[in-house]
Amino acid sequence: MFRNQYDTDVTTFSPQGRLHQIEYAQEAVKQGSAVVGVRNKNYAVLATLKRTTSDLASTQKKLFPIDDHIGMAIAGLTADARLLSKYMRTECLNYKYVYECPMPLSRLVLRVADKHQIATQRVSKRPFGVGLLIIGYDQQGPHLYETSPSGEYWEYQAMSIGARAQSARTYLEKVFETLDNCSLDQLCRHAVLALRETVAALKDMELSTKNCALAIVGKDLKFTIYEDEDVLPYLDVVQAASLQPMDGQSSTL
Amino acid sequence: MYNKQHLDPHDDTSAQRPDFMPYQNNGGTVVAMGGEDYCIVAATTRLGLGFAIPTRNVCRYAILNDRVVLATAGMYADTVALHKVVTARVKVYQQQQEKPFGLFSAAQLLSNTLYYRRFFPYYTFNVLGGLDQDGQGFVYGFDAIGSGEKVKVVCNGTAQALIQPILDNQVEKKQQYENKQIEKWSLQEALDLVKDVFTSAGERDIYTGDAVDICTVTKQRGVVVETFPLKKD
Repeated sequence: MFRNQYDTDVTTFSPQGRLHQIEYAQEAVKQGSAVVGVRNKNYAVLATLKRTTSDLASTQKKLFPIDDHIGMAIAGLTADARLLSKYMRTECLNYKYVYECPMPLSRLVLRVADKHQIATQRVSKRPFGVGLLIIGYDQQGPHLYETSPSGEYWEYQAMSIGARAQSARTYLEKVFETLDNCSLDQLCRHAVLALRETVAALKDMELSTKNCALAIVGKDLKFTIYEDEDVLPYLDVVQAASLQPMDGQSSTL
Repeated sequence: MYNKQHLDPHDDTSAQRPDFMPYQNNGGTVVAMGGEDYCIVAATTRLGLGFAIPTRNVCRYAILNDRVVLATAGMYADTVALHKVVTARVKVYQQQQEKPFGLFSAAQLLSNTLYYRRFFPYYTFNVLGGLDQDGQGFVYGFDAIGSGEKVKVVCNGTAQALIQPILDNQVEKKQQYENKQIEKWSLQEALDLVKDVFTSAGERDIYTGDAVDICTVTKQRGVVVETFPLKKD
């Protein structure tokens, strides 16, 4: 990233038609540790890598429950994510109160995206420095959405954001077409293996109960977070994979 | 002097009738009883209006979480509104505190919610039951504006005057001619007592009948709901 005279505030376009502040905000997302989301016909799963600032500190929170049927993983500025999660929780509660049914994900994500956009068009504000992977189960089935500091949002079958997420995306590109036919366990395997790709290149860094957290939502399954000892059964697949490399899985160096 | 108490706002033939009455008494009776490691919260399902029965099957209880149940008698519209507000506030508590919602917190929350409407009250008579921090079953009884008390057994609603003395006498051994020891009631004995008490109240109170929803709260199974039929007359 280069410094230039058009990047001082978000309300100034560059001659190329770009808003540099938004792009810098997206850089903040890429600095956060990786999170992976996958979806199939009945379930959606998030796998996250929790980072610690030091050995003495607890790990950064990556998973936020929003409602019984919605939750999200974040990459980037945790403080911004906290604000957004408070907003999303209030929206879900109010919707449930007024309409007596759980909030459909598309409507929630649209409101969140609009909130992001406001911060990109005011001199007095700065863009949100966090990317969200939101999963949920509503009347239309399970969903996975990504939001970005720019105010855009997309729905995905599988996606990863954060540091070294490209490795995870490469893995997901190879397997995403098989996800609909997967069982829940297989879906979780794919999520964890995709996450593992983001650390495969690093020495002395492995997925363990200390740094990995999983979340699942689906038909008859409320948004549930699995961390510490609860995530151990899902990490067994990582042990098996490191002993025998699977076909089609790139072992990066 | 013409005694205003005999005037029924729902009786079209009466001489005096207010132009607008924001309240209705839809009847209903609620009972809650705490044991050593369980709690029972029961609520009738008949909705009455004057001498009529608009429906025999309404839900007067709200499961706040796997340890606390709220049951409400009185005006049904206010019951529904109150349950909506309280269940939303429970969710907020759980999201903010990241810890399970306990019985004492529920009592405080309900009391505050009711008092908030001190000058236009919820026409509701509540009982709250559940397991406290030590796992013991306890219950709270409230009036319409939130005055509550933690006890072992309580009753509210139209059959309160019929049922509460029985519960005081049998469960807490009050007013017994000989000084009896307070025995522990097992879950099955307590359920039988609650069913008997509703059956008896149904014989005398016109608003009690049709069915009772009995919620049993235990640590092992959380909240289990059973519907016990009553006479339809």
